[in-house]
Amino acid sequence: MVLMAGVASAQTLHVAAASSLSEAFEELARSFAATQLGVRVELTFAASSTVVHQVLHGAPAAVVASADMIQMARLHQADRLDAPPIVFAGNEMALITPLGGRVRTLRDLAETGVRVVVASPEVPAGAYAVAVIAQLAEEFGADYAAQLRANIVSEEPNVRQAAAKVSLGEADAAFVFLTDGQALSSVAMLAIPPAINVRAAYPIAVIKQHPQQNLARAFVAFVTSHAGGVILARHGFAVPPR
Amino acid sequence: MLLVAAALLLVALVALPVVTLLARALAEPWWQQLSSPVAWSALRLSLLTTSVAMGIVIAFGTPLAFLLARYRFRGQALLEALIDLPTVLPPVVAGVALLLVFGRSGWLGRELAGWGIGIPFTSTAVVLAQVFVAAPFFVRALKVAFDAVPRELEEAARSDGASGWTVFLLITAPLALRGFVEGTLLAWSRALGEFGATVVFAGSFAGRTRTLPLAIYAELERDLGAAVVLSALLTVVAAALFMAVRGLAPSQLAARPAVERRSTS
Repeated sequence: MVLMAGVASAQTLHVAAASSLSEAFEELARSFAATQLGVRVELTFAASSTVVHQVLHGAPAAVVASADMIQMARLHQADRLDAPPIVFAGNEMALITPLGGRVRTLRDLAETGVRVVVASPEVPAGAYAVAVIAQLAEEFGADYAAQLRANIVSEEPNVRQAAAKVSLGEADAAFVFLTDGQALSSVAMLAIPPAINVRAAYPIAVIKQHPQQNLARAFVAFVTSHAGGVILARHGFAVPPR
Repeated sequence: MLLVAAALLLVALVALPVVTLLARALAEPWWQQLSSPVAWSALRLSLLTTSVAMGIVIAFGTPLAFLLARYRFRGQALLEALIDLPTVLPPVVAGVALLLVFGRSGWLGRELAGWGIGIPFTSTAVVLAQVFVAAPFFVRALKVAFDAVPRELEEAARSDGASGWTVFLLITAPLALRGFVEGTLLAWSRALGEFGATVVFAGSFAGRTRTLPLAIYAELERDLGAAVVLSALLTVVAAALFMAVRGLAPSQLAARPAVERRSTS
């Protein structure tokens, strides 16, 4: 298998990643392919839970990057990883609102009639949103939290679809990753103070005994390199010291 | 021989996944899964919204099918093509189109918002999406059935002094019953399976907009077993609907198959 990876003239590396990584990984893949002769990187993006689910059911990905440790742990427990996952980027939650919308502060989220959208609690961005709302309850009280929860009108299949509801002007606010907010131009972003926010850690790993294992390891090495960190930082991710 | 092999291959392709799905569901603790609030609220919402949607489709689709079958007017072909369009439109596109009309920044939605009415993210949006995608199936089947009713019978009844309504109720409607039933069946199952337009236009929230197909998608993220059981449930409900609607139309009541009539008229 190692021999094959070294000899084959045109190789395709399949990478499956969390949807919040879309733009950053597209750039990482381009830069990586530019350094490797005859290598094509094929990317698929979905909610991390979907990505893990697909890999567990035989999707051909050689590299997996998730938006939380919980989803990656499912692959680790199933003994599908080449080595323990490496945390390569950090993120946090933010609120996006339509430009000139009615939500201007965190308190406005609990106003009557405000429509709030989150990602489904089964996907990382949704689970982080639940955690942030729990923190907000500590900060602003139970009544605020109850009203905010009542204002949630949809739990979308992934974080980008939650963001789309705000871009379309249908929702007044959506809990998304900070990087999602930065990737969108037509929305306003509301920061969530560090005391209330959660830290999202993004792990990456190579799939065990994959035919493209060497190439996959090289890609992970690139993502965790200084050059990879520069690209991730440019897309708004926090990058651990490397 | 080759003919039979080809036919069997397609039958296997259709039957194997369905049978496997049902078998997998039975291997799960399916009774427990089905009595979970997730399954119950999705099933109830699906039955409720599709029932309302079908009420609307029948109430408005029947006059439309009748007009299309009995009158000729300018732009009719264009109108019929327009009505059929949702059957070939990707559901996601339907969802986006609905948002552009009924969404908060949509041209009609903006007016409605002024009256304090918001449609996206409500069960109303689910019903609207279902009507949009399902109505053409009903209208098309019923129009074909109306077309197939011999005009001589209607005219004979009318010359015997029957009013327009009496002719419709005693002659036209019974003879078009099979088309009505088939149209209802097709439209209902399409509404029941509706996913793309709903998730875009209505979002996904348990008890309000998360119908069975959306619940299956959400459960896939969490628990494959639950998703399998819900999928089997949707299959069984669709099959039950199929048989119930078929059972409502005893063959002696129904006209000869619409296609057959059409070729002779």
